[in-house]
Amino acid sequence: MASLEGSVFSSVVQAPEDPILGVTVAYNKDPSPVKVNLGVGAYRTEEGKPLVLNVVRRAEQLLVNDLSRVKEYLPITGLADFNKLSAKLIFGSDSPAIQENRVATVQCLSGTGSLRVGGEFLARHYHERTIYIPQPTWGNHTKVFTLAGLSVKTYRYYDPATRGLDFEGLLADLSVAPPGAIVLLHACAHNPTGVDPTLDQYEQIRLLMRSKGLLPFFDSAYQGFASGNLDADAQSVRLFVADGGECLTAQSYAKNMGLYGERVGALSIVCKSADVTVRVESQLKLVIRPMYSNPPIHGASIVATILKDREMYEEWTIELKAMADRIINMRQLLFEALRTRGTPGDWGHIIKQIGMFTFTGLNREQVAFMTKEYHIYMTSDGRISMAGLRSQTVPHLADAIHAAVTQIQ
Amino acid sequence: MAAIGRGILRRGIVGLPAVGSGSAARSMASWFGHVEPAAKDPILGVTEAFLADPSPEKVNVGVGAYRDDNGKPVVLECVREAERRIAGRLNMEYLPMGGSIKMIEESLKLAYGDDSEFIKDKRIAAVQALSGTGACRLFADFQKRFLPDSQIYIPIPTWSNHHNIWRDANVPQRTFRYYHPDTKGLDFASMMDDIKNAPNGSFFLLHACAHNPTGVDPSEEQWREISYQFKVKKHFPFFDMAYQGFASGDPEKDAKAIRIFLEDGHQIGCAQSYAKNMGLYGQRAGCLSILCEDELQAVAVKSQLQQIARPMYSNPPVHGALVVSTILGDPELKSLWLKEVKSMADRIIGMRNALRENLEKLGSPLSWEHITNQIGMFCYSGMTPEQVDRLTNEFHIYMTRNGRISMAGVTTGNVGYLANAIHEVTKSS
Repeated sequence: MASLEGSVFSSVVQAPEDPILGVTVAYNKDPSPVKVNLGVGAYRTEEGKPLVLNVVRRAEQLLVNDLSRVKEYLPITGLADFNKLSAKLIFGSDSPAIQENRVATVQCLSGTGSLRVGGEFLARHYHERTIYIPQPTWGNHTKVFTLAGLSVKTYRYYDPATRGLDFEGLLADLSVAPPGAIVLLHACAHNPTGVDPTLDQYEQIRLLMRSKGLLPFFDSAYQGFASGNLDADAQSVRLFVADGGECLTAQSYAKNMGLYGERVGALSIVCKSADVTVRVESQLKLVIRPMYSNPPIHGASIVATILKDREMYEEWTIELKAMADRIINMRQLLFEALRTRGTPGDWGHIIKQIGMFTFTGLNREQVAFMTKEYHIYMTSDGRISMAGLRSQTVPHLADAIHAAVTQIQ
Repeated sequence: MAAIGRGILRRGIVGLPAVGSGSAARSMASWFGHVEPAAKDPILGVTEAFLADPSPEKVNVGVGAYRDDNGKPVVLECVREAERRIAGRLNMEYLPMGGSIKMIEESLKLAYGDDSEFIKDKRIAAVQALSGTGACRLFADFQKRFLPDSQIYIPIPTWSNHHNIWRDANVPQRTFRYYHPDTKGLDFASMMDDIKNAPNGSFFLLHACAHNPTGVDPSEEQWREISYQFKVKKHFPFFDMAYQGFASGDPEKDAKAIRIFLEDGHQIGCAQSYAKNMGLYGQRAGCLSILCEDELQAVAVKSQLQQIARPMYSNPPVHGALVVSTILGDPELKSLWLKEVKSMADRIIGMRNALRENLEKLGSPLSWEHITNQIGMFCYSGMTPEQVDRLTNEFHIYMTRNGRISMAGVTTGNVGYLANAIHEVTKSS
């Protein structure tokens, strides 16, 4: 039957395709047998398949078989065990901040949800509304913080000339940030560049930030996935917490536990005192309740099951290291393949960069060429997901890069 | 000289105290020292108090989560079976931003009807949402973004979180009269007045069935009149449907209000939740849908809803969605679910009858008809906050101070005790 009137939403226009997810859409459409998907950052095995960790399967079975488990609402702040264990994971189980009850941790929907809830809290309760994000950064950061009510500025980070860190630029930009401004730091395995400051550089960043009262907000999406060692990948965060100062941390279990679609994460706010911490946690609830009331139970239960069991935790660290090692191996293979071909340029950054992504330094035209002629799918900023590479596809990628670099400037 | 030089260097750029490793940070005050403690959530605070009470007689009729006749939470058989099938699956990859296509398809069939022409014509923009709360919030944010001058009319009373949701979305709120404290039923005349007096094209929040907290629903006739008046006024109807199947025991029946509006040509919005009717509470499984003019517009609206979800949580959780689509997509499991939903609804209806009978047998001077007239999980008893406090302090009975009783917490074991206590605190009113 005919509807009454035009819709009140008839002026709504279609939103543009997400640039990262659009890569997979294009890849799926391509019939070529040699196509390679180096777009989205989800881990793939040597066989090119997604991976559910064995320890996760075991945890899930335990949960399914435990008939005493119910599906009741979690508290607004989420699963208590999960929160405590997550804080220990990132800050260290002997962290004085935890022992002094100075950490407010709330379960959130993976990294995105943790960043959003943290951003909203800051927009309501913090005196400075500006957040500085690195140039470049994950494509969703700007939107998350803008919608949370913060104003977004950038600081220099990646140096295209060296394909490494623009440390001088970073310090210079943070030096002129207004006192109290919030600064987003990738805890490890910077997305999209794979370029991380050294610990010495982090120490200098810490001194500068503390002298200006800049508030650190860590995005930790790859703990354990970067170096293969959970503690090593948390050093940047722990450096800051050790000086007794305040900070925020967003944790994700999407990659390091392979729990992508379960949306498991945690936001922690480290405060100066236990009293402040209690009040901060109560205010976090007011952000969460009108957003989704309370977080989903399934993924957090899996994480808590694993983290609290000595043997399962060990098994997890082994599987995690295996994923990280495979990626490091792909880096090595690609680097050697380019060297063997005599591909012009310095490709050392492939093995220097860390984590799931490599910022190749290839330009838009070269990327478009590689897609068209070699069926290589990647984001137009030159980022490749190493997790999507396999030993048998490395030669093809190396050929593509070689051709692009020699034929297109 | 050198020492002074070092001192100046260490003092940093803006003349703040010397920065050693730790000293400056330790000496600074907290950035969050001014943060006030937030008020406790009125509903969730009740269960906290209940848990803290050591009395063996205590009764929790506060939070709206279903309990069986032994007062225990329930996991539906169809859910356990679905989870057995899901565990050990191939991957836990990200869902698309808009969520599980299968779950959305099944949800639309449930709300709009299996044979809905709107589904066939692809006119419904729909995304998976974080249960009912998440669906309402996505809609509120969408409303703000695309109709920034609009406001929302909310019934008096309503679920308290509705106010929080539209407030955080920065959509101004108005109210419309709904509950009549004297009859403990619908104040239909006032409701119609408020609908007529609202400016044309206003947005209204309607509870599709089993109104929370009152349990008072318009009759089918009344819904038709409301729908007609909405046509005249060109109002936008947004349905919050959190109890489909749970109210009467029959999901088709519980969707009647929505179907009436659809027949009358309204382009509705709808929030669906599987928290109660599938017992999936903590899984946060729900769906938001908006009926559009045509397929093209539905595609556009869906893409914009996704743009709101992306900076909030990127994509919704997969587990609950899989449970829903596994159950609704399998005829046997769906049939089992329908049986289980009906038995939950029947148990509640049985408890309503029992509570009323008990109160009448006790010789209460008041009328308790409303207990059986009202529908769904909640009964708006009509008790005052002071009477509720007496129930808690003298009888260890826990409920929200607006007099709302969660019938799901009533059992054959405690209905007599509950009736006695209510009689005690109300017999002299």
